[in-house]
Order: sequence, then structure tokens, then C-alpha cells
Amino acid sequence: MRGIYTWSAILAIVFASVVGDVLLARAMKQVGDVGALWRRSGLGVVIGRTLGNGNFVVGVMAMAVAFFSLLFALSWGDVSLVAPAAASLTFIGNAIAAKIFLHERVDRRRWIAAGLVAAGVALLAG
Amino acid sequence: MNFRKYLVLAGVTVFAASGDSMLSHGMKQTGSISLNHLQSVIFAILNPWVAVGILLLLAFFATYMTALSWADLTYVLPATSLGYVLLALVARFVLHEHVSPLRWFGIALITGGVGFVAGGPELTEHPRASESGDEARATSAAKSTLLAKDARNGAASGVKP
Repeated sequence: MRGIYTWSAILAIVFASVVGDVLLARAMKQVGDVGALWRRSGLGVVIGRTLGNGNFVVGVMAMAVAFFSLLFALSWGDVSLVAPAAASLTFIGNAIAAKIFLHERVDRRRWIAAGLVAAGVALLAG
Repeated sequence: MNFRKYLVLAGVTVFAASGDSMLSHGMKQTGSISLNHLQSVIFAILNPWVAVGILLLLAFFATYMTALSWADLTYVLPATSLGYVLLALVARFVLHEHVSPLRWFGIALITGGVGFVAGGPELTEHPRASESGDEARATSAAKSTLLAKDARNGAASGVKP
């Protein structure tokens, strides 16, 4: 029973952080190249445009949900299971979500990279 | 990708790893926090390790957002996962902790993954996927109209003689 709770919380972490990462990535694409914008219009415009972006605000909220799900997961399961499982599943989830929702060109090279990093993180944190 | 952009990616990696480890070091000094004693959170923030850790994580977030403004999510995430390797190397050579063979294998896998994503020339050609996706769609649409025109011309020229 405890295992089900832990894995539900892990899936909640993965879901919320994938949603957050995708929304933040989309928001920053809408803001545009931060370096160029800073040189052109100043830091105030960069910060204002970022904080005023709807995707950014919802993305940060999703990251907050991911953080609190992590706290719940850690109260039910061991950190040696929760941290690597959530981190490596998030890498895979992000690759899938970026392909579908951000129309990023996830070619074989990037799938291999995501897979290797996910496996490496699972080994490293385990 | 120019030098400045590699510097931003390095910033994402280093700020995340150093921020996390400073926060973890500080929180072990302050002890556990419970929802019943929320004032202990304020004492935690007063701890210099925790304060510096929070500042570093803010710097991580700023550099991460900067990187996402000109690079794909599927490029930034693997490229900055070297932070895990950095943490393991710090654990081994600064803190003199034991790093098991399985963890060294994990380090090798992550490094390989970073090499895979960073070495691809097509990744630098399409640093902003949403735009290149639009361009790709636009060009394919243009191509198909051209093809249609060719077909019509061909059919027309085929009829004429």
C-alpha cells in the first residue's frame, strides 16, 4: 500500500515537472533571446516580459506542485528510490512532451542522450 | 552556439549543483523542519549556508531561463545534467566519500549522453525548435505548392506538344 502511495507521488512529481518545464520553455521562446533583448531594451524589460508571461506563471506553479509532491513522496518512500526515479522519468517524459507540445526535433541522437542520462541518473542517485 | 552561450550552460550546471549541496549542508546544520514549527523555517534561512544556497538556486533559475530562451528543452536538459557528475566528483575528491563502481558507471553514462546531445551539428542549426518547426512547415508548404505548379506545368506541357 505504501508502495502505491510512493509511486503515485513519484508520478505526480514527474507529471508536474514535465508540465512546468514545457511551459517554462514555451514562455522563454515567446520572450525571445534574453541576451539580445537585454542589450536592446535593458534588464527591466527582460524581467517584466518574463514575469508577465502567462505560460511562465503557470509553469512556476507547476514547479511548486512538483516540489510539494516531492515532499509527500519523501514522507512515504526512501530518498534513494524517490530522487532517482523521479529525476530519470522526468528526463524521458520531457523528451516525449517536448516533441509533442513544443514541436522540438527530437532525433535519434537526442533520444539516446535522454535515455543515457536517465539511466545514468538512476544509477548515480540509487 | 558561441562562447557566451556555453558559459550560460556551464552556469546552469554549476549553480544547480553548488546551490543544492550548500542547501543540503545548511539544512543538516539547522535540523528537521516540521509544519508545526514554521518559525524554524526562518531560522533555517538565517543559516549562511542556506542563504547562499538559495541565492545560488536563484542564479540557477535565471541562467536556466536564459538558456531556454535560445535552446531546445531537449538540448538544455541533457547538456546541463553534468551537474550530477560534478556532485559525484565533489563527493569523491573534496569530501573524500566512497563512490561505488555502479556510480562511476552512471557518471560514464551521463557523460556519454551529454556528448551525444552536444556533439550534433544539427542541434546548433536548430537552436529554436518552435521557429525552425514553423520554418520547416512553411518550406514544406512552399515545396508542395511548387510541386503542384510543376505538376500542372508538366501536365500542361505534356498536353501542348
